Amino acid sequence: MNVIFYIASIIAILATIMVITGRNAIHSLLFLIVSLLAIGVVFFTLGAPFMAALEVIIYAGAIMVLFVFVIMMLNLGKAYEKMEESWFSYKAWLGPGILCIILLGELIYVFTVTKGSGRQLTVISPQEVGMTLFGPYILGVELAAMLLMTGIIGAYHIGRRKQKEYHRLLQKEEEPA
Amino acid sequence: MLSNIRSMWLVFLRMFHKRVTVQYPEKKNYLPPRWRGRIVLTRDPDHSERCVACYLCAAACPVDCISLQATEDEKGRRYPEFFRINFSRCIFCGLCEDACPTYAIQLVPDFEMAEYNRQNLVYEKQDLLIDGQGKYHGYNFYKVAGVAVGVKEKGGGDNEDKPVDIKKLIP
Amino acid sequence: MNPIWAHILTLVLVLLVMVTIAAGLIYVERRMLAVWQDRLGPNRVGPFGLLQVMADMIKIFFKEDWIPKFADKRVFVLAPMIVMISILMTFAVIPFTPLISVVNLNIGLLFFLAMSSLGAYSIVLAGWASNNKYSLLGAIRGSAQMLSYEVFMGLSLMGVVVMAGSFNLHDIVMAQNKVWYFIPQIVGFVVFFIAGIAETHRLPFDIPEAESELVAGYHSEYSGMKFGMFFVGEYLGITLISALIVTLYFGGWRGPHFLPPVIWFLIKMFVFILIFILMRASLPRPRYDQLMSYGWKILLPLSLLNLLITGACVLYFK
Repeated sequence: MNVIFYIASIIAILATIMVITGRNAIHSLLFLIVSLLAIGVVFFTLGAPFMAALEVIIYAGAIMVLFVFVIMMLNLGKAYEKMEESWFSYKAWLGPGILCIILLGELIYVFTVTKGSGRQLTVISPQEVGMTLFGPYILGVELAAMLLMTGIIGAYHIGRRKQKEYHRLLQKEEEPA
Repeated sequence: MLSNIRSMWLVFLRMFHKRVTVQYPEKKNYLPPRWRGRIVLTRDPDHSERCVACYLCAAACPVDCISLQATEDEKGRRYPEFFRINFSRCIFCGLCEDACPTYAIQLVPDFEMAEYNRQNLVYEKQDLLIDGQGKYHGYNFYKVAGVAVGVKEKGGGDNEDKPVDIKKLIP
Repeated sequence: MNPIWAHILTLVLVLLVMVTIAAGLIYVERRMLAVWQDRLGPNRVGPFGLLQVMADMIKIFFKEDWIPKFADKRVFVLAPMIVMISILMTFAVIPFTPLISVVNLNIGLLFFLAMSSLGAYSIVLAGWASNNKYSLLGAIRGSAQMLSYEVFMGLSLMGVVVMAGSFNLHDIVMAQNKVWYFIPQIVGFVVFFIAGIAETHRLPFDIPEAESELVAGYHSEYSGMKFGMFFVGEYLGITLISALIVTLYFGGWRGPHFLPPVIWFLIKMFVFILIFILMRASLPRPRYDQLMSYGWKILLPLSLLNLLITGACVLYFK
């Protein structure tokens, strides 16, 4: 399992780097999907199969399809790739780069300080996940449900069909009503 | 939903119906004798060519697949020097058969003319000529035509009077 | 025998058998369609036309494998692989008999849902990479259709999960020892069946590849073996959905004892495959908005209601 864990993590990191450096939007998204799948494998090796499955179903399977969908519709061509190249200027990436390096340093520091925490792998079954969600974390679940409900209502409101348009000859008949 | 299931059931029942497919090369459909298929050139009862090379078939052909060249033999009988039908063009409409004044060109019930080489579909006169008389037995154009080309004496044809002797006084 | 070798043997066996069945379905479908349309179907090549499959395979292998100049090459090649891989992976969790199954995963059903959601990529990417407006339209339709029908598919399966108390397909089959789940879960079964057709984009829901509107939809530009992969992938999808229906609702390998379990499984599976083909033979294709509104307005409430009632009943009778 250890070997698989490391392979999957390396793939995840490499794929994420490819996401950042890629020029083509769709290719970047594909690498992002690969990265998500690799993270799913990481979850699986860490003893959270339910989490791994949800990662693949929801992130890789549903959300990323929508991303691909939207970018497909935008129909970005060669001109857009040129434009994106100009964004990779020195000024643009310097600030975020420094911040990321600081974060990376902190991450390495944390890992080196808290070494040998003796991670005990326990496989968590779907039942346990359910018990936890609807036990101690019921409030969070309810809040998330409410948020989703508002989202659905909002989407319905936006997507609702506007007032019916009539043919110009029929408009006069409809006006008095 | 129910109508969908009903239509599925009805389609399922078609399983027990008779097949409509005809297993073609083994089992062939009946073709009527007047069925318009491959074109042939027929011969007179006395075994010479019926075609008089009048070009009417070539003129009638809507796809211009017939080409021929008229010539005459020493007795003055017209016949085609070559007669060529490009069957890769022919649409088997039968207009040539209608146009032919001598029943020479006829369409026969045969349509199995597949070839690997398209050039093989161009039929020359020796491919088109058959030994028989086709659909019209006993018909001989030069027997009923006025002109004498060795088939009959002048005025010796069917339903034909002897030629008037203009030097005689008897009517 | 060494358990690892036994494991690999099972894996190879399942792969081989499933791909063979899928390839054989090319013949079976043509023949059965013909039977239901008063025709004879392929009957020339070999006895009863059985070698037609071989002829088709040879034809497809030797066709020119052409990639359009305007296509995105890497994605274009990737797309047909995804469909094969995602479907073949799912066969790993299906228990064909108590002994023959590649892996006994405790999230088996979720694994199937995950793989089927990845299958949507093959359509999206194929349509996008082809750089062709018909392909793109097919891809858009296909992805929207598969995304929405995945929702009802997952929800309709949850009724079974509630009754069996497990995501493990082995446990689900074991839990059907008294009654097969299609009796208590008839609504879930119907929803899953319809969603399964939409998921494999078979007729009558073959809107992503509607020939009369979109040439061949998302695989218009594909030829040769890449097209063959889409083609076999479709039949693999049918086989997979049939196998899952059998596992989840029709008691898997269970049946009277005069036949071995694997035979029972295959018989039930083929019945459903034939129903799939019969649907193709008989039903017309709905319009796209009809398909979507049918899904969201009828199937989604139905599957939610089914889940609620099932949960209530399970709690009440426990």
